[in-house]
Amino acid sequence: MSDTKTKTITLTIDGQRISVPEGTTVMDAAERIGVQIPRLCYHPDLSLAGSCRVCIVEVKDMNQYMASCSVPVWEDMEVQTNSPQIRQARRDIVELLLDNHPMDCQTCERDGHCELQNLAYWMGVRERLFEGERKQFEFEASSRSVIRDSNKCVLCGRCVRVCAEVQGVFNLSQQGRGFTTVVTPAHGRKMDNSVCIQCGQCINVCPTAAFLEQDSTEKVWAALADPELHVVVQTAPAIRATIGEGFLMPPGTPETGKLVTALRRLGFDGVFNTNFGADLTIVEEAHELLGRVQAGGPLPILTSCSPGWINFMEKFYPSLIPNASSCRSPMSMLSVLLKTYYAQKAGIDPRKIFVVSVMPCVAKKFEAGRPEHASDDGVPYTDAVLTTRELIWMIKAYGIDFASLPDDTYDSPLGLSTGAGDIFGTTGGVMEATLRTATEWVTGQRVDRIEFTEVRAVEGLRETQIKLGDKTLNIAVANGLENAKTVLDQIVAGTKQFHAVEIMACPGGCIGGGGQPYPPPNMKVLDPELLALRAKALYAIDRGNQIRRSHENPSVQALYRDFLGEPGSEKAHELLHTTYRPRKPRGIR
Amino acid sequence: MIEHNPDRTTDNWPEIRAASAAALPEDIVAFIEKVRQGPHPESQLIGVLHRVQAHFGYLAEEQLDAVAQLLQVPTAKVTGVATFYHFFRLEARGRFGISVCMGTACYVKGADRIAARLREELGIELGQTTTDGLFSLEQTRCLGTCGLAPVVMINDRIHGQVKPDDVPALLRRCQELAGKDRADQPRK
Amino acid sequence: MASGVMDNYQTLFDRAEQALAERHYADKIRIQVGSATCEDAAGARDVYDEFRKHIEASGRTDIALRSTGCTGRCSREPIVGVLLPGQPAIKYEQVDRDKVHRIFTEHVQAGTPVYEHILDNKAETLQRHDFLFCAGLRCGPKRGLDYRKLFEDKLRAAGVSERHARVLPANCFGLCGLGEVGKGAHILVRPGRLIYRVRTEDDLDRIIAEHVEQGRIVHDLLVTDSTISQRFFEIYGDIGFFHRQTRIALRNSGIIDPESLDEYLHYEGFRPLAEVLDRGDAQWIIDQVTASNLRGRGGGGYPTGLKWANAASQTDPVKYIICNADEGDPGAFMDRSMLEGDPFSILEGMIIGAFAIGATQGFLYIRAEYPLAIRRIEQAIEQARAANLLGESILGSGFSFDLEVRLGAGAFVCGEETALIHSIEGERGQPRIRPPYPSVSGLWGKPTVINNVETWANIPVVLGYGPDWFRQIGTAKSGGTKVFALAGKVEHTGLVEVPMGATLREVVFDIGGGVPGGKQLKAVQTGGPAGGVIPADMIDLEVDFDTLAQVGSIMGSGGMIVMDEDDCMVDIAKFYLTFSQDESCGKCTPCREGTTRMLEIFDRITTGRGVPADIDKLERLASLIRKSSLCGLGRAAPNPILSTLRHFRQEYEAHVVDKSCPARKCTALIRYEISPEKCVGCSACARNCPVTCIDGKPRQTYVIDQSRCIKCGRCFEVCRFDAVNRL
Repeated sequence: MSDTKTKTITLTIDGQRISVPEGTTVMDAAERIGVQIPRLCYHPDLSLAGSCRVCIVEVKDMNQYMASCSVPVWEDMEVQTNSPQIRQARRDIVELLLDNHPMDCQTCERDGHCELQNLAYWMGVRERLFEGERKQFEFEASSRSVIRDSNKCVLCGRCVRVCAEVQGVFNLSQQGRGFTTVVTPAHGRKMDNSVCIQCGQCINVCPTAAFLEQDSTEKVWAALADPELHVVVQTAPAIRATIGEGFLMPPGTPETGKLVTALRRLGFDGVFNTNFGADLTIVEEAHELLGRVQAGGPLPILTSCSPGWINFMEKFYPSLIPNASSCRSPMSMLSVLLKTYYAQKAGIDPRKIFVVSVMPCVAKKFEAGRPEHASDDGVPYTDAVLTTRELIWMIKAYGIDFASLPDDTYDSPLGLSTGAGDIFGTTGGVMEATLRTATEWVTGQRVDRIEFTEVRAVEGLRETQIKLGDKTLNIAVANGLENAKTVLDQIVAGTKQFHAVEIMACPGGCIGGGGQPYPPPNMKVLDPELLALRAKALYAIDRGNQIRRSHENPSVQALYRDFLGEPGSEKAHELLHTTYRPRKPRGIR
Repeated sequence: MIEHNPDRTTDNWPEIRAASAAALPEDIVAFIEKVRQGPHPESQLIGVLHRVQAHFGYLAEEQLDAVAQLLQVPTAKVTGVATFYHFFRLEARGRFGISVCMGTACYVKGADRIAARLREELGIELGQTTTDGLFSLEQTRCLGTCGLAPVVMINDRIHGQVKPDDVPALLRRCQELAGKDRADQPRK
Repeated sequence: MASGVMDNYQTLFDRAEQALAERHYADKIRIQVGSATCEDAAGARDVYDEFRKHIEASGRTDIALRSTGCTGRCSREPIVGVLLPGQPAIKYEQVDRDKVHRIFTEHVQAGTPVYEHILDNKAETLQRHDFLFCAGLRCGPKRGLDYRKLFEDKLRAAGVSERHARVLPANCFGLCGLGEVGKGAHILVRPGRLIYRVRTEDDLDRIIAEHVEQGRIVHDLLVTDSTISQRFFEIYGDIGFFHRQTRIALRNSGIIDPESLDEYLHYEGFRPLAEVLDRGDAQWIIDQVTASNLRGRGGGGYPTGLKWANAASQTDPVKYIICNADEGDPGAFMDRSMLEGDPFSILEGMIIGAFAIGATQGFLYIRAEYPLAIRRIEQAIEQARAANLLGESILGSGFSFDLEVRLGAGAFVCGEETALIHSIEGERGQPRIRPPYPSVSGLWGKPTVINNVETWANIPVVLGYGPDWFRQIGTAKSGGTKVFALAGKVEHTGLVEVPMGATLREVVFDIGGGVPGGKQLKAVQTGGPAGGVIPADMIDLEVDFDTLAQVGSIMGSGGMIVMDEDDCMVDIAKFYLTFSQDESCGKCTPCREGTTRMLEIFDRITTGRGVPADIDKLERLASLIRKSSLCGLGRAAPNPILSTLRHFRQEYEAHVVDKSCPARKCTALIRYEISPEKCVGCSACARNCPVTCIDGKPRQTYVIDQSRCIKCGRCFEVCRFDAVNRL
């Protein structure tokens, strides 16, 4: 990749001469002179589609406009990004999209975050010249996590691409053709009867509101207003790193204290920390891992925190179900404890406790509804799951001035967490936390090493070996299920032997979850820079924490002492572990 | 050395595979298995769908699911392909599929009037099947027999230089054939 | 190693000759029955069966019955050829069972042709001599002596009447040797289909003195060196429809048995392949193709040699060759005719192309609507494989290549090369952005050359006859011929192959016989839904890629639809737009949304709800779609609208302003009335009215209730007294 090998191309954009490396697209070249060409279907982390045609430019001697996202520059190319003709064409293209789009911006959930709306405003679509027939598809809300409104779809294909290319799920495809093309799962079926793993990345990449999370805010408002209920909330590790984005704070600003305060203002009776559940998960999972290593299998152990991944496993890799850690996710562990341990300690009837969890994830909404995570009488341990986005709306609806809030701390005892729990929200976090605990348990002595940066799989997939005393553990960490497939296929084929594999469904881990805030205008979902900033916030919290190993969490220790007994005890198993089963339709890898 | 659990009782593939194979005729299953051995098996999807349609007359969900599983092509892609190409039918067609060619040559020679007459005689719109299951009415892209325009294709047979007034006779012939089929049936 | 290639070819050729000799070639009577989708639709299968029965019943063993493809003489099908040993071939038209009986008993058995059923022979007077002068665009009258004019003058001077000898222009016969172009002329003389080569005025005088006046053949002026065009007449007989054509791509269609490799070999088939493999120089092939000025016949007209050179220069060891046989233009069927009638030519072209660019695997992408074409190609591939013309080390050359058929499934957009590639890959047939072009990154990301059927069929000719020969047929920028599918309001519909640069008049009037029913020609549409209309006053346009583009149309794959005064140009534009809108793949915004909006505007205009601003909106959308769609099909979709607006804007204005359809085609803008003067009260209209909106008593004037009339036109059709007026 030395510079001598890359040829430099000189071209003119809007009258300015610039030199860029060969292979640069016109869109990227224009950015170098400070022109961000309007765009819609383009996404830097997905394959090129070139289909929306919004980013067209005029190139001298070419008799058609060219899509700047996909055309590489050539020597002495003369580009005009804003000739009157181009502006009219771009405006008309946006109008054509708008003409086939519901006119309900004011009541649309995406109002203010909609790329189509922005384009229409910027391009100056003030009158409609070509209005006519509009698509009429059924609104589809079958899924507990992801709902679909094809009438708002502009067929940019980002959801199809993210689902296939990043997640390897390929649940979505364009069906039909021409004017009646619609993006749906196979056979045009509903999302709950599809191979959807509910990760919600389609929501993240959608420029409009064709995909949204199933709304839980109404349910939570109702619970908060119900005097009979004791409404408690827990917040996932990744929330504190992203909540500020909803209030125009720069990405990567950790806002744990304001988050807790805001939740109290909203009226929650207890504010707890999912990170506590994370610490507990580590203790149980490290115990499970050591047990399996001693017993000789089944290995590798596969982490079970990410509900998108669990759905993926049940649909795409059912043969690996025995490998999955039987630990409930941190959210579900904490919810169980809230309705047992906490209820007992606080003397509250568990049936009167309403547990809300705030998650960076839409698949958690599905997880919360699994019968495995319900008490014997069928009441779910987690009553409602809010995404980060939903919490932001609630805070805004209430009128809370988030930025000026004072800091507060979580309630105890289920509020205290270690640095190990804090980093759960980013890729490699679960593995690193496990290693912090397992190292000491395996070697039987205190080990100074805390950070295992080699498992932080920012590039999506990492395989490494960790020496623990005289043992060497083969480790793999993957985020984004297409990356995970690489490892999983090796496990299924028996071509590689691992002891432990961490899998997070979403790119970057929970910080890139399907329920996270829509990114600021200068950034895109999946943007590695955005993910890095959010991860940095979590590592800062970790480093600021006095205790950084899960098993050293005094509240966790107290929990075992007072309630559960030993890690892996019968009671721990009953309350903290779960089961999985193959699901249909079976996914095709 | 890591021991892997050899007992994969949670693997539902044998069950899925058996159900998929049962949904398709043996020769198509064999064809899929053959192409799976070669390069780019997924590229045979359209060829497989052609075979399925040739066998069943249309592509039902069960068969599309089976093709997806056996060929290991995501089902959403299989149905995306099946719905993209107009040649593929997702619903059963009548005993007689009547296609009016809407190529240019046929159009300028009055194919629209033939289609209108067929709609009138059959009482159905394009894309529909009569309630007795006897006739389906479709329009088709140029059949490449422009010299005989306008043409109407009934099942695989092309009728050239059709006039609107020929329509009743064409339909009557089909009805007679169907009547003969019915008469033949009890003897079997 | 390569030294054995010609030996292997010779062995193959000898074996074929022997097999043919054993079967029928020397002394048997041959009956050829057309067998193609169109022929079958016209009843050719029944005709074939009927002949078989007759032959069986006669007990004769010296009659060979065989199938052949179609020549593109569609409106006269089924066509049957009878070749008695030593006699000129005779072709019969529109043969049915009854005619079979007569042909068999009178001609085959008794030796006397059934004159009244001979193809295109109705109006021909056999006593008259027809002198057809070649008129290649770049020679003939345009360079040197105008022999035709001279000959006409001399005939007049000699007092020969036009009833006795007629002088006509024909197209290039492809008979000139290198360096001879423009230095003489060729004359096809009928009857007898002799060809004279004249180089001086004296030669013309001798023809008049000897041939015209004394009926003696001027032997030393006869052309004896065989060319493919000449061979066509030899086998196909003396048929007027074909004399002005130049049969190169269609050289074998309709004259050989498409299911017989032996016959293909007999007519020089696979010799060009053997020769290039023997030479073993890929670059030489590309140079030849480049020098021939062959341009892609699929519509774009991209120089074939350039495309090949691009792909050949790629270093990737895996490359592919594709034949685009997804002929989707409504109104075009030349590819089908070649696939069905001459499959081996296409294979040979592809094998040569594969060797030239270094491909080891090729695909023929054929639309599923052509089952017979698929079968013929598959049979041809099998036979070629068995003869080692495909597979490992073809003809012992060390070059290995194989072919596979892949089916389309009814998507017009798959004619676009990147969409076609997606379709072969098993995907939705949506185009992708270019660059990279397929010659750099095509099928499965490998360098891929895609050419259409007609282009491939030309390749063996380019190499067999040389690029100079090929180039001189055609225009300066575009060598060879073009096959058109002539249809619509024209007397003779069918396939017409003429040199590039032939005029529309030649195709529509001289070959096609003009508009039937005494109607006026209004326009000619070329290029299908991506093309445009050319108004009647441009009938002398010389047709090639560039001239068509200049008048707002395109060559396309060669559909040519003739329209008369009854065709409404707004309705025609709407027809093509309906097609494009329906076939839009849906990927890019301008085409998907824009064509729908344009169609809505057309709906308004053709139903009397249009406003003047609608025309401006149409233009604005058309220009948007043309300039900003993703693929070539999208960009071409507005062409029918732009060209009709350009040449027939007043018709749009009539619809919008006057709310009338000048051609009386748009039903919402017309009404039917019964003229009291002409109506005799026969009641035919009332009896046929599907909505019983015509009232009256027998022998009195009938009246149409306009409020209930659905304007179906049944009354207009059934009235035998012209009493129903369409207003």
